[in-house]
Amino acid sequence: MLTAAIVAILVTMLLALIRTFLGPTEYDRMLGANSFGTKTVLLIALAGYVLQWNSYLDVALLYALLNFVGTIAVMRFFEYRNALEERDDPGSTV
Amino acid sequence: MTAILELLSAICLLLGSVLCVTGGVGLLRMPDFFSRVHASGVTETLATPLLLMGLALQMEWSLDLVKVAMILILVLATNPTATHAMAKATLHGGQRPLVFDDVKDTGGEGSSKP
Repeated sequence: MLTAAIVAILVTMLLALIRTFLGPTEYDRMLGANSFGTKTVLLIALAGYVLQWNSYLDVALLYALLNFVGTIAVMRFFEYRNALEERDDPGSTV
Repeated sequence: MTAILELLSAICLLLGSVLCVTGGVGLLRMPDFFSRVHASGVTETLATPLLLMGLALQMEWSLDLVKVAMILILVLATNPTATHAMAKATLHGGQRPLVFDDVKDTGGEGSSKP
């Protein structure tokens, strides 16, 4: 059953990767990358248990933290960049 | 006792796998960014605890179990936050949901009529 779960996670990672490459806007790409990162945490946890790696859960924990901080940072960047562009345009009101 | 734990673990892993693939298909097939956020965020928030609980039910009592619980709590706390931040940044970036214009138009007419 763990193997089936790993296969399901891999299929989901493939779908998220397709959305990341295909996405029309940068937000779609970031959403796909965030989903891919969360699935990577799950994959490390499950595959590490099946294959009996050493200290795999520490890697999964670190990856979860990095994924969250990276997503928040990139989204802050996009938000403020768009706000600055709108402020430069005198006709628009936010 | 072991058989019950394995059955519970199998149920958790199966439900989590189905939710995982559902979220992936929704992420790929939905027409709009906000519906994609919905499909991805909702299923991830439920599929991750299910898969991690299915893993934790198969492990022995050790420090690794605490680490799995830490990952679970961390993902449960950060995943909705990241999804919310993405949706907010997209809304501030100028994108609108597909049905947003209709709602805004009827609201504008309703507010301008009286």
